[in-house]
Amino acid sequence: MDIFLQQLINGIVLGSIYSLVALGYTLVYGIMGLINFAHGDIVMVGAMVTLTVARLLSDSGLPGPLVLGIGMLTAIPACMAVGYLIERIAYRPLRNAPRLAPLITAIGVSILLQNLAMMIWGREYLSFPQILPTRTMAVGGASISAIQLLIVASSTIMMAGLSSLIRKTRLGNAMRATAQNPEVATLMGVNVNTIISITFVLGSALAAVAGMMVSAYYGIAHYDMGFILGLKAFTAAVLGGIGNIEGAMLGGLLLGIIESMGAGYLGTLTGGVMGSNYQDVFAFFVLILVLIFRPSGLLGERVGERP
Amino acid sequence: MKKHLKLAAYAALLLLLPFATGLALGKTWVRILDFALLYVMLALGLNIVVGFAGLLDLGYVAFFAVGAYCYALLASPHFGLHLPFWMILPIGAFSAGIFGMLLGAPTLRLRGDYLAIVTLGFGEIIRIFLNNLDTPYNVTGGPQGIDLIDPIRLGPVSLNQPPGHAVYSYYFLFLLFALATAFVSTRLQHSRIGRAWAAIREDEIAAEAMGIDTRNVKLLAFAMGASFGGLSGGLFAGFEGFVSPESFTLTESIMILSMVVLGGMGHIRGVVFGALLLAILPEALRYVGPLEQSLFGKIVVDPSGLRMLLFGFSLILVMLLRPAGLWPSPTRKRELLAHGETAKHENTDIYDAGR
Repeated sequence: MDIFLQQLINGIVLGSIYSLVALGYTLVYGIMGLINFAHGDIVMVGAMVTLTVARLLSDSGLPGPLVLGIGMLTAIPACMAVGYLIERIAYRPLRNAPRLAPLITAIGVSILLQNLAMMIWGREYLSFPQILPTRTMAVGGASISAIQLLIVASSTIMMAGLSSLIRKTRLGNAMRATAQNPEVATLMGVNVNTIISITFVLGSALAAVAGMMVSAYYGIAHYDMGFILGLKAFTAAVLGGIGNIEGAMLGGLLLGIIESMGAGYLGTLTGGVMGSNYQDVFAFFVLILVLIFRPSGLLGERVGERP
Repeated sequence: MKKHLKLAAYAALLLLLPFATGLALGKTWVRILDFALLYVMLALGLNIVVGFAGLLDLGYVAFFAVGAYCYALLASPHFGLHLPFWMILPIGAFSAGIFGMLLGAPTLRLRGDYLAIVTLGFGEIIRIFLNNLDTPYNVTGGPQGIDLIDPIRLGPVSLNQPPGHAVYSYYFLFLLFALATAFVSTRLQHSRIGRAWAAIREDEIAAEAMGIDTRNVKLLAFAMGASFGGLSGGLFAGFEGFVSPESFTLTESIMILSMVVLGGMGHIRGVVFGALLLAILPEALRYVGPLEQSLFGKIVVDPSGLRMLLFGFSLILVMLLRPAGLWPSPTRKRELLAHGETAKHENTDIYDAGR
């Protein structure tokens, strides 16, 4: 029971991070019908920037959470700028091109970001300075650390914020209109180009926060960390139903729990043949299963349907 | 008559090239030529999937890995098996083809983007399995890989004989296979299947309405492309004498894709050109490291990073400026430049075959 509860908690923490990244995929997909391959690498940029700031300030005597906050406030605009530039340079000129074209540029952008990061920060795994209290709380035989609480709380707040932004504000209205039909949205006075830019920037901001969380949680950052994370978050988005905001959140949480349960029990189930080193494989099998049995995802109604 | 003369000139050029290179630049460069030929085969294989059928495959290197490990397992002291290469190569190509079908099957009803992600994941998964299948039974040798793989033998003659000149004999073997691959590709393109692929690439619904069994034809594209990859994998294993998961990373997949895209998707000459260009040109970057060393006294910019950076740039620039590639096929160029009408069709639903 202890192990179960512990894995559940770990899964929820991991899932909150996946949800944030998955939201970025889903937002862009909902509006443009494009998978932004470089999204995972924007997460990496967020992690790297936060880490750099945290390292610079770790000896300054400032309290840990404040350092993390400053790091985040640096990472968010940095990632927003990266997201904006990517959309502007690599995707906008290809909006009416055949489908294969933006996919290929997206891959190009992803390689570019990874290798630029490698040149700036090196090929080594960078360790995140220990700035948060390591104290843990005991809950029914399992333990929760401060950073875990912080991750779940802040991602819940951000998701709630995003939800109400999309449902209640004028901007959200315009975004949903663009998702439904860009031409008609234009006729209604929506500047589709601006909306698409804003969507990219929003997704990138979420990615920045997710990047901060990942690097602070695992204590490391690496120039190609975004790749596998992006793959999993995409799986989460598909699991929930790509283009669907609530779906991304649900899918992220589910995937996180599946993964951490799998990693926790696979060794016992297979008699030690397969261990937690197969953790990365789960997301992939989930993706395949969803694509075979329910390709529209759990919350099947897609927001971003195009006529 | 003139045509024959031209052909003879090409043949002479290809036959003398390795010796001229060996004399002028040393054996390292002959080795680079060997690899360039391997890449030509890989690029032509991927071209079937991406260029002919229009299905974006980002994990192509996985099939290369399947072929290479097939060879390594069946012709090395690892299991004590030493089958001859003309038996192993078909086995490798066949297994890779099966993997290709397995991979294609769940995504066929879906739009291309999904396929891209699934193949991307698949490439990684294969690598994870190769890395971890050394326990509890040592199948793949784990991260250490498998070494002491038998060289390719033609009858009693090993291609590693005479010692030190292996690069030359492998050059001719690879040349033979590359030419065969190009020939098969050309014939495929102009066959009934090739036309069906082109039809699916342009408009899947219309293709289906014309009576094409889109599911089977797409699966066939996957299997064909994959088996080309498996074949080159076998040759690679015999040539290197050593395989490890490190050789089959995403970077390789991207590199092969760049070759296809840069050269001109669906155009065989263009793809061969792209493969040669990207296999040989970046080798010049190996001089960048020492150059930086002598100029600045240290390595400022990592040359291998620089290489990937160039690939990234080339993918973006080619798509933005010359979407049909550097050497496009005449028809494809027309299609890609006059896209106004077709683009609207492609922005439909996630189900291309919409049911």
